[in-house]
Amino acid sequence: MEASISFTINGAAVTVSAHPMARLLDVVRQQLHLTGTKEGCGEGECGACAVLIDGELVNSCLTPVLQVNGASVTTIEGVATNGQLHAVQEAFIAHGGAQCGICTPGMILAAVSLRNHVPQAGDDDIRVGLAGNLCRCTGYMKIFEAVRKSVGR
Amino acid sequence: MRSFLPSYELRRAATMEAAVSVLGDEPGVWRPFAGGTDLMVQLAAGALPHRKFVSLWGIEELRRIRVDDDALVLGAMATFTDMQRHAIVREEFPLLCRAAAETGGIANQNRGTIGGNIANASPAADTPPALLVYDAQIELVSSRGRRTVPYETFHRGYKQMDLAPDELIAAIRLPRTAGWMQHYRKVGARRAQAISKICFAARARVDASRVQDIRLAFGSVAPTVVRAVHAEAAIRGAAPDASRVAAAVAALERDIAPIDDIRSTRDYRMRVAANLLIEFAASLRAAV
Amino acid sequence: MAIGAVGRSLPRQEGRRKVTGQARYVDDLTLPGMLHGTTVRSASPRGIIRDIDFKPGVPWDELTVVTAADIPGNNVVALITDDQPYLAGERINHPEEPVVLLAHPDRHLLEEARRHVQIVVDPLPPVFTIDESLARTETIWRQDNIFKSYLVSRGDVDAAFAGAARIVEGTYETGAQEQLYIEPNGMLAVADPESGVTVWGSMQCPFYIHRALAGLFNLPSERVRVVQMETGGGFGGKEEYPSILAGHAALLAWKAGRPVKMIYDRLEDMVATTKRHPSRTRHRTAIDRDGRLVAMDIEFVIDGGAYCTLSPVVLSRGTIHAAGPYSCPNVRIRSTAVATNAPPHGAFRGFGAPQSVFALELQMDKVAAAAGLTPHEFRRRNFIATGQTTAVGQVLREPVDMPRLLDRAFELSDYHAKTARFARENAAGPIRRGIGFACFMHGAGFTGSGEQHLASLVSVEATAGGHVRILAASTEIGQGTNTVFAQIASEALGIDYEDVEVAQPDTAAVPDSGPTVASRTSMVVGKLVETAALAVRSTLLSSGLLEDGYDAAAFRQAAAAYVAANGSLKSTAQYQPPEGLRWDDEKYEGDAYGAYAWAVYVAEVAVDLTTFETRVADFVAVQEVGRVINPVLAAGQIEGGVAQAIGWALYEQVVWREGRMVNGQMTNYIMPTSMDLPNIRVEFVEFPYPHGPGGAKGIGELPMDGPAPAIFNAVRNATGLEITKLPLTPEELVVRS
Repeated sequence: MEASISFTINGAAVTVSAHPMARLLDVVRQQLHLTGTKEGCGEGECGACAVLIDGELVNSCLTPVLQVNGASVTTIEGVATNGQLHAVQEAFIAHGGAQCGICTPGMILAAVSLRNHVPQAGDDDIRVGLAGNLCRCTGYMKIFEAVRKSVGR
Repeated sequence: MRSFLPSYELRRAATMEAAVSVLGDEPGVWRPFAGGTDLMVQLAAGALPHRKFVSLWGIEELRRIRVDDDALVLGAMATFTDMQRHAIVREEFPLLCRAAAETGGIANQNRGTIGGNIANASPAADTPPALLVYDAQIELVSSRGRRTVPYETFHRGYKQMDLAPDELIAAIRLPRTAGWMQHYRKVGARRAQAISKICFAARARVDASRVQDIRLAFGSVAPTVVRAVHAEAAIRGAAPDASRVAAAVAALERDIAPIDDIRSTRDYRMRVAANLLIEFAASLRAAV
Repeated sequence: MAIGAVGRSLPRQEGRRKVTGQARYVDDLTLPGMLHGTTVRSASPRGIIRDIDFKPGVPWDELTVVTAADIPGNNVVALITDDQPYLAGERINHPEEPVVLLAHPDRHLLEEARRHVQIVVDPLPPVFTIDESLARTETIWRQDNIFKSYLVSRGDVDAAFAGAARIVEGTYETGAQEQLYIEPNGMLAVADPESGVTVWGSMQCPFYIHRALAGLFNLPSERVRVVQMETGGGFGGKEEYPSILAGHAALLAWKAGRPVKMIYDRLEDMVATTKRHPSRTRHRTAIDRDGRLVAMDIEFVIDGGAYCTLSPVVLSRGTIHAAGPYSCPNVRIRSTAVATNAPPHGAFRGFGAPQSVFALELQMDKVAAAAGLTPHEFRRRNFIATGQTTAVGQVLREPVDMPRLLDRAFELSDYHAKTARFARENAAGPIRRGIGFACFMHGAGFTGSGEQHLASLVSVEATAGGHVRILAASTEIGQGTNTVFAQIASEALGIDYEDVEVAQPDTAAVPDSGPTVASRTSMVVGKLVETAALAVRSTLLSSGLLEDGYDAAAFRQAAAAYVAANGSLKSTAQYQPPEGLRWDDEKYEGDAYGAYAWAVYVAEVAVDLTTFETRVADFVAVQEVGRVINPVLAAGQIEGGVAQAIGWALYEQVVWREGRMVNGQMTNYIMPTSMDLPNIRVEFVEFPYPHGPGGAKGIGELPMDGPAPAIFNAVRNATGLEITKLPLTPEELVVRS
């Protein structure tokens, strides 16, 4: 049972043919060949699969692709624009926000979403904003530092 | 993915009427699918026995939050984020706001819905205790018409609801009130992204000497979310002094029935339920 | 320009790839004609396989099926003791033991097929606890259920106890811990009898897998190739386990004649792969009237699960660290690793030391109290110092200054003021605050003669363009291998950091630098990088193409010219043990490690008596590490290790039922989120280690040892409760309150 689903991804219009309950994560990775979005748990706990749908942070492992019809999706590949890294990406590089890197795409999307919704995010906002993204390597310290430093830039 | 995806179906419904029509055509065959934050987890785990779903995502009239003079009406598809962003929810129904903020993380709050939270009927869900103490009413719709059910009687047993196979939860109605103290505390294994081990919501109307009225509700301590009616009765109409509170704590044993499970123990839940009640009672004493 | 790179926080070599989603992990790879693979596992903990039942309802002719009978070479995972099969053939020894492998192009059908295979087992009585195993009512492994034992004996412990002023006893237990790297295990394999086997995957040790596959397929080493992809965390969980998954993927590829990719989902990864060894330690400590240690008698037992894997080495490290940073004339350590019918336990950061240090530091606080001393005064009277001898007989030639670390940790954590304030304020209100600490050291590199046996190699070569490439088997798994190596090489060569690259660890292209484990990568392998780089420099200087006092541009030109003239410029360095290091494997004594990092960690906790939750409110980590090569990376290692250890202490509990982990999802196996962790404040002290690059010692595992005992000691300070079992959950606390 396949459905035709149309949406924009990182600014480009796409139409995919997929099972309506196929996970957006799988459609993005396997059909659209955008492998930057990662699977860490498949149960919406770790946030490694996070993307933006219409500007809101969402775990793509829990999103059936049918429900993305007509929406605007942003993955990690769409965060930098015209080869120019986003302030959050620059800050992650400068301040050691990424270690093994597997949580990094989702974490960056969460940070981007936080900045968009809470432009003057303070330390508490950052902790709350990233609470749905698990990192096993960093203890979160350098991630907070990176996000803190990117606020206002 | 531990389910065989080809054996599942998900179809779109553009309007509430269309959704209701599908449910009515073959009662029990199609089930509503809201934001997916519960159903997709079950699908991934190979634990979703039902096969045919109708998607409610995008049906505007189901997502609307309406403010009437005497009630706030939440569309069943209002997300946890929608609720937290709504000024009246924040001001007048802060316990619901708290519950929404403590359900999963932001990504799950952006997709999880109040209707889905109710219909999934997990005894550990975070909004039901708040809904109970707010005297919520559930508006159900089907091709046979509409009816309203007090939330207090909606959950009949573990995963059993006063919900016919062809019915859809359309909205949740919360009467607007003033002058009540409000209290909410969720206890999970960690401070974010945690299924509750015990969840407590409380409201009380106090005057100079006594508790005029009170609502106490607990999650994760029974097969469904529960109003602690015996504990309430011990305090209602009286001054919240030490012996009243002790009576309420003792009465709690008749209201809740916690178990040992994968997350916690019966002993822990009983002790903490009592402590949470005592903690709320202390704030009552201070207010009286 | 980044000359003089060592000591600077240069950005991660592969940082840009990681923040843009371009870093390639194994699941990002596909090959034409690729199949997906899955594993059918036993539900039973122990028994004889009677039948494998392929139920109807699945197009079996479309599936590739592999069982033990299909194995071309040896059905034994090459490790220490050849006891573990890749696929169970006759007997089952643990739940989730792999029996059948399946491959198919359609992932959904594959999963459906997996559920249609039933392993029928005639059950045998299983053993699930250390006590049951020691009691030997069932012998489940060889003759006596014992993988390994050690005896460390110094002085005369029994005589010392006979005359002791005071004796204190304590028993301490720790539970299993799941590594929980956010990227699950995965492998992609291409294999056939003509060309051999190639695997790409998530791993820490390419040459471990190489050796394992050569044995599994009975192939010469040239026909086995192992390539490490970007790896999303390891922590030891991808040290030895990946050999099994690589073998499985390769077996399917061999039989199918097509590439096969196997990626575990989170549930399978949690329940079927290795975890930290559970432990039980019994301490008997004798002190004199002045609170000085007279004797320590330690019994240390770890649960190894059903097969040996690395239990002897975990036991070894735990044993050597069991008596800690103290001077004690009489020490006896009797340690044992036993078998149970659980999935085998394996490597996890710290590797036995977190378990034995946990017990030790709780015991030291207890002994202090019995002696009528504060915990810190007791430590000060007993700290080991330079020139003194450890429990296994190592004379510490390196500088050791535990009192200084203690002072600094107390200063940063405001220990004294807080202790006093908490004592005053705790009576009022439901929150009890407390502060506690732990003192410890962690040896870097393989134990004793281990590094000599590894005989690690590193090559450094110049490219045609005049850049420098490092060829090593050490893997980047988040800890900063690529960056540290590039910094060391650029410092040694006097060139730009940006002109150095690190080759992808591919066994066809890099020499065997040993495994990425044991806190050895910066210190041991990094030293080889330095040596090989210096040899390249030397070659260029002697060739006349380069003159002393050259700059980066001159180097580039000279290197390019040399390569053009000679075809290549490459130097290889091999590990040489430092002078004077002596270790006796028979007696188990001598110089256990070339270097130790030393530390004092302080934890402040808040225990909420309403909910019995313990929260770490503040954390200070002070350590002496030789030399900090990259401050941001080094601090990141400590912060991450502390977070992982806080998880182990308070949140992470494996729930066992009949030998099987039943909370194998992230929703029920709880690791800390950003909301649960305090600010972790890190400080380094440097006493350069002469044999480390730039003076560096290894630090990767150090931070795992200290937080748990510091937290438990803080909880005892806060509540007066002596809790001796880890994790310290609210459910445990409620029983004790």
